[in-house]
Amino acid sequence: MGQKTIITKRLADRPDDSWTIEAVLATNGYDALRAALKMKPDKIRGEVEAAGLRGRGGAGFPTASKWSFLPEGSYPRYLVVNADEGEPSTFKDRMLLERDPHQLVEGIAIASYAVGCNLAFVYVRGEFALGYDRLVAAIDEARGRGYVGGNILGSGFDLEIVVHRGAGAYICGEETALLESLEGRQGMPRIRPPFPAIEGLYAKPTVVNNVETLCTLPAIITMGGAKYGKLGVNRSTGTRLFSLSGHVNRPGNYEVELGTTFRDLMYQKNLGGGIRDDRSVKFFVPGGASSQWLTGSDEHLDAPLDMDFVQETYGVMLGSGAVMVFDDTTCAVRVAWRLAKFFAHESCGKCTPCREGTGWITKILHRIETGDGRAEDLDLLLDVGDNISPGLNAPFSQTTICPLGPSSVSPVVSLDKFFRDEVHQHVTEARCPFAGPRGPAARHQEQGPS
Amino acid sequence: MTFFTEDNRQRARAIVDRYPVKRSAVMPLLHLAQDQEGWVSPDAMREIAALVDIEPAQVLGTCAFYTMYKREPVGRYVVSVCTNVSCLVTGGPEIYEHLRGQYAESDEVHVEEVECLAACGGAPALQVNYEFHERLTPETAVEIVESYRSGERRARSVSGSPS
Repeated sequence: MGQKTIITKRLADRPDDSWTIEAVLATNGYDALRAALKMKPDKIRGEVEAAGLRGRGGAGFPTASKWSFLPEGSYPRYLVVNADEGEPSTFKDRMLLERDPHQLVEGIAIASYAVGCNLAFVYVRGEFALGYDRLVAAIDEARGRGYVGGNILGSGFDLEIVVHRGAGAYICGEETALLESLEGRQGMPRIRPPFPAIEGLYAKPTVVNNVETLCTLPAIITMGGAKYGKLGVNRSTGTRLFSLSGHVNRPGNYEVELGTTFRDLMYQKNLGGGIRDDRSVKFFVPGGASSQWLTGSDEHLDAPLDMDFVQETYGVMLGSGAVMVFDDTTCAVRVAWRLAKFFAHESCGKCTPCREGTGWITKILHRIETGDGRAEDLDLLLDVGDNISPGLNAPFSQTTICPLGPSSVSPVVSLDKFFRDEVHQHVTEARCPFAGPRGPAARHQEQGPS
Repeated sequence: MTFFTEDNRQRARAIVDRYPVKRSAVMPLLHLAQDQEGWVSPDAMREIAALVDIEPAQVLGTCAFYTMYKREPVGRYVVSVCTNVSCLVTGGPEIYEHLRGQYAESDEVHVEEVECLAACGGAPALQVNYEFHERLTPETAVEIVESYRSGERRARSVSGSPS
């Protein structure tokens, strides 16, 4: 357990030029594609299944079964790559795009061949200007060398890849909103069914896969699915990139074997390197802003990075792999307010409970944080949350089309679970008891959806 | 049909040709228009509508949904300052307030508060025309913005395209 370099190997071997074709060809680039094209598409699906690969975007759905939902004999079909990374504190896909775009191109080609797709789209977050440039350049280089285009490496398989830039909307990371956006519309989620595998882009069968998921494919082909599947723990196989941020000494992206503990991720010298100023962890968000929180208790810190274990035991998720760590100087209400503000800003407005509820949650948390809270506010927050996500459970139920609204409830539920006293203290003292880094911004910014 | 320059009209046609359905070209065409003019004008939206065979109001509907499209001139530099949680606890809001004060009167520099930029490993972070800068203080943030204004750094377009 601990650090294990598989999909970040090229970054480690060629830190100064990992994105160039020269570095790629010197580090076995496209060898996996060459091998894959000699296999039957079904055999590739089998390897991915044996690897136990699960989606790295957040939901953790088994990749091979996602592919298998495509209806037989229905063409054209599309592969759409979700590179619209926007979950707060997640920054792994940006690194993969900027630092190793060829690995992604290779993964796209392997996946496209496996599912029988000849036109793939990459939806890149609009703010990733450098990542977009490097990916477009990588595709051009790959086309020049016969890894993309017609009759790839003499196999008879054709593939074109279109890179599409977003323009600043978190909701487009939700796969059906992404498809709407790719079709030139407002990024608002679609009601399912039909699922994208049946009617996706242009109402054709569509697979939507995350960047990191696809970047794992070359390694799975090279190692063999069974060998990859032996890494990790239980149904969380292999390695994953974790974006570690907040009050750790060494924030950054770390590839670790699944099953490593949160404590090791935060404290090992070659990973997080401990908490700044040797302070203690007050709480952490284990899998992106949409997840409920865990605390700095020994039990929580010693929990393994195992998607099912944390879900079943604590009702939290590893989600997008973003671990945000907050030390004991941090105001939990302030963090909850800022996360709620994010969801309110990013709500697309399609479903009433989310459009209205996220704004309510933000305003209530803001008034608690700024000293105007009322004794009944926490219960009011839970009531608003219950209207978005009935039962306040995890995994959540929802009155909305997509999970954005229910995600905004996670910080509220976490406050209720772990920090009731702290909320109460804000109300009774009519101020935030933390002297920590709280700028004037908290008091002056507008809080509602803009 | 007089908005796009001749070069950009050719680019626009090539963009439309990339997609099986023309309407998919709306977002890249909006980026292209913004590259040309620094914002997305009603004229640009009318021409985009004609290029993809939809109504101008439909282009506006898409355009207005996305924060990166500016429907009024914003100056040469868009400075996007993250204040989401990893930046929140490392000084992002202070940088935002400082820059906002510094450039309150500027026609050239547009300071905006944005959501997580995926630069949390280097928090607090900002972008100038979608180029990342990390591990900042209010003072170094101003130095970075000034380095673009002085020509020491070359800025991307307001839409983030290479210049």
